[in-house]
Amino acid sequence: MSAQAAANKKKWSPFDIWAFIVLGLLTIVTFFPFYNVLIVSVARFEAISKSDFYILPLSFDLSAYKLLLQDAKFWTSFLNSIIVTVAGVAFSMAISVAGAYALSKRGMPGRNAMLSLILFTMFFNGGLIPFYLIVKELGLVNNLLVMIIPAGLNTFYLIIMKNYFGGIPESLEESAKLDGANDLYILYKIILPISAPFMATFALFYAVERWNEWWYALIFISDASKAPLQIYLRETLITSNSMLSLMAQTLAEQRQTAKVYTPALQMTAIVISSIPIVAVYPFLQKHFDKGIMVGSIKG
Amino acid sequence: MTARTPKRRLGKTMLQYKYFYLMVLPILAWYALFSYGPMYGVTLAFKTFNYGKGILGSPWTGLDNFRTLLTDPDFRTAFINTIVISLMKLIIHFPMPIILAIVLYEFSRKKARRFFQTVLTFPHFISWVVLAGIVTNILSKDGIYNQIAMLLGADPSAPLVDERAFRPILYLTHVWREIGWDSIIYLAALAGINPELFEAAEVDGANRFRRLLNIAWPGIKSTVAVLLILHVGQMLTQGASFEQIFNLYSSPVYSVADTIDTYIYRTSFTVGGDFGYMTAVGVVKSVISLVLLWAANAFAKRMGEQGLY
Repeated sequence: MSAQAAANKKKWSPFDIWAFIVLGLLTIVTFFPFYNVLIVSVARFEAISKSDFYILPLSFDLSAYKLLLQDAKFWTSFLNSIIVTVAGVAFSMAISVAGAYALSKRGMPGRNAMLSLILFTMFFNGGLIPFYLIVKELGLVNNLLVMIIPAGLNTFYLIIMKNYFGGIPESLEESAKLDGANDLYILYKIILPISAPFMATFALFYAVERWNEWWYALIFISDASKAPLQIYLRETLITSNSMLSLMAQTLAEQRQTAKVYTPALQMTAIVISSIPIVAVYPFLQKHFDKGIMVGSIKG
Repeated sequence: MTARTPKRRLGKTMLQYKYFYLMVLPILAWYALFSYGPMYGVTLAFKTFNYGKGILGSPWTGLDNFRTLLTDPDFRTAFINTIVISLMKLIIHFPMPIILAIVLYEFSRKKARRFFQTVLTFPHFISWVVLAGIVTNILSKDGIYNQIAMLLGADPSAPLVDERAFRPILYLTHVWREIGWDSIIYLAALAGINPELFEAAEVDGANRFRRLLNIAWPGIKSTVAVLLILHVGQMLTQGASFEQIFNLYSSPVYSVADTIDTYIYRTSFTVGGDFGYMTAVGVVKSVISLVLLWAANAFAKRMGEQGLY
């Protein structure tokens, strides 16, 4: 028997069985709320209102989806979130990459002082009010830029990137330097291409952050036409979006759609807004699995 | 002459690095504006804020704001809640990802392990707005929680507005969101242990428990220490997470759920409290955080770990 076959036939040890049960239960509990979102989003009003225990997808109805996609406010906020995500990732990556690369240069005078000043901000801040007043002073209230610029730098990512650049052998840069290339050109033409997969991971992390952004919008944006998707979601989910239920009622009265169950609408909003996250999740996972975060905690 | 040579040399080195200074400039400007600017704005804690005069022009009031703070019952509630919630989260949540990482590491079925990890890490990438919406739906009047409760013969209830249930919901949903994500760093540390150590231990007849105690634990101990220091240092901000609490709480549970951050937000932006006073509240939080970080680091060093600095 080959070693391969032997490995395949390897029996489940008692520990494996025990761990499988515990991990399996934990996984089910973790996943169940998301499953519930899915089945409620497509539930027919009658099916769910009559059931005592709605746990199987016993009805399938896309009325809630049709309704949500007709809501102009949904599209405005969706578009805002796309703008914030695309522009935000570009801004964040540009300043983080340049900053992290420069900070990885051990010989740069003043480097340690800069690093200390940066690390200190992870543990001490001036608090909400002074921050609010400064951002307001900069004219960023009711401005999409507030979700791009003040929100745009993650110190944790910056440090990880710095450690990564610090690990790239200097010999790669030296030959280009002898040819007279300047450091900006070296970063752009030599360092970035070889770091592409690593940088892509951070771009994705920033993208998820921007897509999920709501705190800056909560504090600084009151103009509904500037609200991102998460604010729309919060209205729909928590403070209840009265416009949407009114629209649902009108459409049902006009017999354009079936009667829509409010939770179905809410869960639909969750499903649609989460599609981009679900789409990038496999790529995110591929990279964070490799433990790139490890180097981050010390540095 | 002797004093000028090193200076000239420094100037020369700096010139060599001119492009790097150019690259680091944007982030330095960012930190100056958005981190150090507000830190200077902390002077507002010793003033009473006047909209017309701004941070610099507002009149000084000395320690008045801090005196008010000592007798403000709402601050007192928020302060106690912040400490209780963040401490309980630390106690309940912190060991969980370590245990999960060890179980996943020891679990030998690779495919199943990958599947479990995929599901367990997922909630971390979903915002608290959405997760709170899901939790609210599950716990609502006709949500699945009450359907199950009624099938079991219990009366329907509303845990999110129940003072006894609200904090446990915070702890539970925090574990739900972060257990998988937080375990990754420990899994990476475990993966860094030389597998020969485990093989040798197996040959020597050490059982699973002994192997964990003598090989796995020493292998991840320093990671645990660093993360514990980070958690303690950020517990008042991230432990009593504004995003989680703000999206789940409502006035019936303010007595157990209102934290320093939610108190500052509500009072400043919906009630219209004095910005000077609210800055003082924020300063108290920041200073306590710094003390906690220092204490955790000192403790870790005492225990023979390297610490953070």
